[in-house]
Amino acid sequence: MEFNYLTTILFLPVVGAIIIAFISSEHEGVIKRIAAIFTAIPLVLAIYLFVIFDRSLGAAGLIQFEENYLWIAPLNAHYHLGVDGLSMPLVLLTTLLGFLAVLISWKVHVRPREYFAWLLLLETSILGVFASLDLLLFFIMWEIEVIPMYFLISIWGSGRRDYSAIKYVLYTLFGSAFMLAGILSLYFTTGSLSMLEISNQGLGMVQAIMPAGAIFFLLFIGFAVKLPMFPLHTWLPDAHTDAPTAVSVMLAGVLIKMGGYGMIRLCVSMFPESALQYAQPLIILALIGILYGAAVTLMQTDIKRMIAYSSVSHMGYVLLGIFALGQVSLTGAALQMFSHGIVTGLLFAMAGLVIHNIKERDLRKLGGLARQVPVITVVFSVAGLASLGLPTTSGFAAEFLIFLGSFNSTAVPNTQVYTLIAVVGVVLTAGYILWMLQQAFYGAVKEEYNGVKDADGLEKFYMIVLIAAIMLVGIYPAILTDVFKLGISPIVALIGG
Amino acid sequence: MNLELFIPEITLAVFAVLVILLDLGVKQKVVLSSVSLVGLVIAGGVSLVMWGGSYPALFNNMLAVDNFALFFKMLFVGIAFLVILASKDYVAKFARFQGEYYALILLSTMGMMLMAATADLISLYVALELTSIPLYILVGFLKDRKSTESSLKYLLLGAISSAVLLYGMALIFGFTGQTQLGEIARVLQAMSPQSLLASPALLMGIVLLIAGFGFKIAAVPFQMWVPDVYEGAPTTVTAYLSVASKAAGFAIILRVFSSAFDIPWLSQNWGMIFAVVAVISMIIGNVVAIPQTNIKRMLGYSSIAQAGYLMVGLATFGFAPASVLTGQSGIIFFLASYALTNLGAFIAIIAISNKLDSDEIADYAGMGRRAPVLALALTFCLISLIGMPPAAGFMAKFYIFSSAVQHGLLWLVVIAVLNSVISAYYYLRVVKVMWFGEPASEEKVPSSGAPRFALFLCCLGVLALGIIPGLVMRAAEFASKMFVF
Repeated sequence: MEFNYLTTILFLPVVGAIIIAFISSEHEGVIKRIAAIFTAIPLVLAIYLFVIFDRSLGAAGLIQFEENYLWIAPLNAHYHLGVDGLSMPLVLLTTLLGFLAVLISWKVHVRPREYFAWLLLLETSILGVFASLDLLLFFIMWEIEVIPMYFLISIWGSGRRDYSAIKYVLYTLFGSAFMLAGILSLYFTTGSLSMLEISNQGLGMVQAIMPAGAIFFLLFIGFAVKLPMFPLHTWLPDAHTDAPTAVSVMLAGVLIKMGGYGMIRLCVSMFPESALQYAQPLIILALIGILYGAAVTLMQTDIKRMIAYSSVSHMGYVLLGIFALGQVSLTGAALQMFSHGIVTGLLFAMAGLVIHNIKERDLRKLGGLARQVPVITVVFSVAGLASLGLPTTSGFAAEFLIFLGSFNSTAVPNTQVYTLIAVVGVVLTAGYILWMLQQAFYGAVKEEYNGVKDADGLEKFYMIVLIAAIMLVGIYPAILTDVFKLGISPIVALIGG
Repeated sequence: MNLELFIPEITLAVFAVLVILLDLGVKQKVVLSSVSLVGLVIAGGVSLVMWGGSYPALFNNMLAVDNFALFFKMLFVGIAFLVILASKDYVAKFARFQGEYYALILLSTMGMMLMAATADLISLYVALELTSIPLYILVGFLKDRKSTESSLKYLLLGAISSAVLLYGMALIFGFTGQTQLGEIARVLQAMSPQSLLASPALLMGIVLLIAGFGFKIAAVPFQMWVPDVYEGAPTTVTAYLSVASKAAGFAIILRVFSSAFDIPWLSQNWGMIFAVVAVISMIIGNVVAIPQTNIKRMLGYSSIAQAGYLMVGLATFGFAPASVLTGQSGIIFFLASYALTNLGAFIAIIAISNKLDSDEIADYAGMGRRAPVLALALTFCLISLIGMPPAAGFMAKFYIFSSAVQHGLLWLVVIAVLNSVISAYYYLRVVKVMWFGEPASEEKVPSSGAPRFALFLCCLGVLALGIIPGLVMRAAEFASKMFVF
């Protein structure tokens, strides 16, 4: 019998959470070490899987490391895990950020037992979304994530945390209510809960109980809330801003990627005709998201809120890449999800560090920190430049692929125009990133910040890891795009683009 | 006469009498609860042994002994078992009447067992009254103003609903000339669809039956008694009422409508009635639950909403062809998971209110620190009531809604899932108060072994049904194949 890698990766964090639940909060060090160990092992395993992942062209569309057991016989539901080229890098990203989130949380001293238990549970549910190939399992993992998030934001958050937490929960549940209706309709249209069967057989052969376009949108709403797509994005700035640092990292880094992943995996690959049919209006919404998000970002003064709004804009690029429906644009969208994960993860970690060490989050009051905290300044600047898409960083590779792909897309008309509009977003991004860096770190040195602490050893460690990842993907994007391609080419073949 | 098939009911009756007699002589009142528990274990054990077999009917085809009845017998016994375990500390509030308390619970449970088994309108009415009368008394057990008021209210409204039910039964008897459910079905089947739908007496009778049963399951517009009775009754009785009485109501609806009225043409019509009542119940239950400040009242309204979700299953049952039983098995599975979930929530509330002497949600502030285990269990049960995984509530909703979608009720399912979102708001408000509120005092909230054990069983069950529901779903499918004479 083969070793069940994915199950191990998926459930080690839960095992860690259960162990932690039995340790008294007084043993804070032990709790943190256990959390670190139970997230480090999945990371190592995920790296191993990523290395041995079959990248040959013959593996296009193949599911690797598959596990399939009958789970609930009356519903024909299976415990079905597996990764293809699309989900493998996202699993890797989740385990990476999951581990770093534990390190980033090293300075959490309030109720550490519950904090780390919830954080580990969160990681499992996100991993479950990326690795599930059964719709019921997928939906369960999708929903479980809400509970840890609710607690993490409302107990350890800041500002209007109660409001933000319940807003997050209600938005998510609202989206998933539609998604559940969509999944149920799919289930009875096809009689199957297996994502593979549904995408391989298509919906054409069976008598649909409702138009495919309607099911497409039921599912799409759930993902659009999570991505988030304009105009369903208003939960995001609140949740990101008020969440504790490590949770913002998870939220921006991997959680919102579930939306993009779901769109590609369910909406586009199961309903290629509907995707083509509705691509243009969705791209227009993506453009509004890009420009509106960037414009609103420019007006922010809170350092975390600023990064949060920039996510709205950046996720617009993902939406554009997905619904341009070309091989290159979809690959770019997938790469943008990964890149945004590590870049914004790093940005939030640095913002958290600024807030923790300097005790100030208002950009107008910060200034001249380059002298006092040189390490934070350099790393923040690198992350910022990656976010605006400077060449040699992952942001450049991803955005370049999206623009190239959508400009050349043959599947959807008028994409050249849309692409040109989207490129304006890059200019705005450069504007707010540079303004933020200048406000916080450059300019006249302020005396009151003399003697504030710079990054310590542990913090330098995770900074180096993330910067290395950003650079590696920026200089050699093929390390990821070769894998993404394997997952995306069968989907593109369905569209015929 | 196969009296051995009647052993579960006889056991409960004997033990009820035994408990009253023991109450006269025994000083240690703990004995009474133990004896009741033994009686329940025997009754449940016998039902379990009988599970899966096929047996002849009892008393001139008045009572069926099929898997449907056996499933519900085990469910009722299980509920009563957990309630009695949870009552251990609470009975101190009416220490003088412990014997009567346990005996009445046993008798009411016996009535419910008969309700699930009944196959005749007459035995149906007898079983219903046998269930209700002990409950009227139990609701008034605290003897304070609220408790007495709610008992009287429950009695009066219950009597009216019984009258409505009797009137409906009389009309149906007048129309068909039969009281046996299977015979009624045969008479109806022999008629042409046109004459069926053109007979106001029959339709009126069915509507009145639905009204009478609607009182039992607390469906809008027959829900007026719920908030007051839930608030006024002793919390243990509220727990019992909210799950057992509702389950019994659904059992009897399933029995009557699948034995007597599951005829194409007709079933679409009552299916539509249930669909409409389901929508109203869900919306009213969920919306009115939002402003509640008393947790028992809030759970009262929530139970109205839950009845709405269950009626989605009844609507499915009406719209599906007679050979398809997914609507019925969905309801049965939902009832099992709802019973565990709601009991778990109430047991936690009982333990907390024992210390606080208050049911106001505001007084639950900081319960996460004062009683972490109880708060965690209550949180888990509330999450299950919202219908979020990995708890049983999610699986139950998925199961019941999936069969509804299959039979063209997607509109109903969309309304139902959106209602679940609304419900998240008020359930999570309790969670919020417990974990993020500032406690009024740092004093720990104690709880004794028996309720803790009951709570543990509930939570374990909720988790198990949420993750590995296959076994119970199979049992529910099996139970939904009812025996019709």
